[in-house]
Amino acid sequence: MIEARHLSKVYKARKGDRTAVDDISFTVGEGEFFSFLGPNGAGKTTTIQMMVALLKPTKGTITIDSLDVVASPHEVRQRIGIIFQDPSLDDRLTAWENLEFHGRLYGIDAESRRTRGNFLLEVLGLADRKDDLVRTFSGGMKRRLEIARGLLHAPRLLILDEPTLGLDPHSRRSVWEHIHRVRKEVGMTVFLTTHYLEEADSSDRVAIINGGKIVAEGTPDRLKKDLSSEMLTLETNTPEKVITYLLESYPKLSGMIRKEEEIVSFPMPSGEALSPWDLLRALPFPIREASVRRPNLDDVFIHYTGSELKGQTSEKGVRP
Amino acid sequence: MTEEKALSWSVLVGKSRPLAPPLTRDLMGIYTLWQRDVIRLWRDRIRLVGSFIQPLLFLFILGGGLSPRMGAMGVTGSGGTLGYQGFLFPGIVAMSVLFTASFAGVAIVWDREVGFLKEVLVAPLSRTAVVIGKILGGATNSVVQGSLILLLFPLFHLHPSLGRILLAFLVMILIGLTQTSVGILLGVRMTSSQGFMVLMNFVILPLFFLSGALYPLDRLPPWLAMASRADPLTYGVDLLRRALTGVHFHSMLTDLVSLGLFMGTMATLSVVLFNKTD
Repeated sequence: MIEARHLSKVYKARKGDRTAVDDISFTVGEGEFFSFLGPNGAGKTTTIQMMVALLKPTKGTITIDSLDVVASPHEVRQRIGIIFQDPSLDDRLTAWENLEFHGRLYGIDAESRRTRGNFLLEVLGLADRKDDLVRTFSGGMKRRLEIARGLLHAPRLLILDEPTLGLDPHSRRSVWEHIHRVRKEVGMTVFLTTHYLEEADSSDRVAIINGGKIVAEGTPDRLKKDLSSEMLTLETNTPEKVITYLLESYPKLSGMIRKEEEIVSFPMPSGEALSPWDLLRALPFPIREASVRRPNLDDVFIHYTGSELKGQTSEKGVRP
Repeated sequence: MTEEKALSWSVLVGKSRPLAPPLTRDLMGIYTLWQRDVIRLWRDRIRLVGSFIQPLLFLFILGGGLSPRMGAMGVTGSGGTLGYQGFLFPGIVAMSVLFTASFAGVAIVWDREVGFLKEVLVAPLSRTAVVIGKILGGATNSVVQGSLILLLFPLFHLHPSLGRILLAFLVMILIGLTQTSVGILLGVRMTSSQGFMVLMNFVILPLFFLSGALYPLDRLPPWLAMASRADPLTYGVDLLRRALTGVHFHSMLTDLVSLGLFMGTMATLSVVLFNKTD
């Protein structure tokens, strides 16, 4: 469905050029649920803008449904439904007018606009608010309306750029229930970027982008297994000493230890016949609490990008 | 019910239909964007009434205060003399078109700020169509605004024929299109609507003062006369005044050609610039 080859985007500026996307290649199959993860400024939004022909690639090509995006932008756009990171509704118009105008801009005939629009509002639970101004809607309702709008022209590819940003947990769950339902019913390809890594857990494949380059790619399970079978978390009064000791004893852990106040966490060093229990017993410092768990996507993400997505502080990885 | 739902989902599945020809898509897009702006204006009736106040201040306070001192401003079509308020009236009609049209440019900045512009830009229609839709929407709003003032003509003892009223409408449309294009031209690259407002004030007032809306153009110092000729609104005001009162400074041909040229240039520039903007 999507095929990007050696895609690059360089922003020209007087102060010097900035490479936002640096020679990335990836493919997304028909019907696949693909997640594109990376810290802020990693190049996710730039990549999406190249997919919908808002930006021209500096180098490389990108095809969608076997159509070159630069050569036939409008044909490509008709195949894409996009939910933007920031709101993009006209809040002085009613829900129905937003759908109606979208349908017309995409060349949908009046009969289809009516049947599809009514159906989508029904499915997304907005039917009774159809003629209300969008400015009276809650954040979650606006998002659901944007999903309805993005689906109105029956796209083959749905691009979700941070679809749940700024929503409360309840609305987030409801938005995802709808997205999964649509995927099940229609079977369309989904391209997701998100700050909430647990949302990417159910995707078929994940690519992690950092500094404009794809640094890891695979199924969520594969990426977790590649990192480690177990993650260890320790609580101690002397985190610095523990880290120094760990790095001396297991040089492989370089760059993989995280510290958050008095909590130190790291994957079990690979290739050593060592149980977490052995490792703990060998530590010459008092430990208040210790736990072992399976790695999640957060661990994978931090491992590859050196930063956490959710926190405000970007650098939590400890590097010697 | 379940059957109907299954059927409805199926509407969303399947191969994408071929796109309509570019011209059909663009015309539909222009119509849609135009209609959106008109709906928004209608929903914002308070603003419509609010911007009705300022021209009234000019007409009745400025005009009322100056008119005893000004004497006759010219000879009307029917042979009578034209007082200052009557002279001012066409200028104020032009002013209200000018002000409303200029701030149509802020609509595009506003659309960018609230994100709606993105939704339009990823739709399968050309950017040229987006700009034309915006220009037509803004011009329509400004003509509606100007017409509200125009309807006051009986208060100023003016008796234009129907043909002349139609000419006045044509002139308002031309001013509206030109000035909306100027607004969009300035708004295309701007990301803050407050910045745009500040910039626009630097543009609107010179255009208004130089246009001859407030004073006759026949005894100006040379530098002012030059500047006035470079102002597109000059020709609009002159032609409006000719239509409504019979008094004019330039020939009708000069007025029409200049207005048309300004409009064409400004619209083309805003289309070109919008096509080049990321």
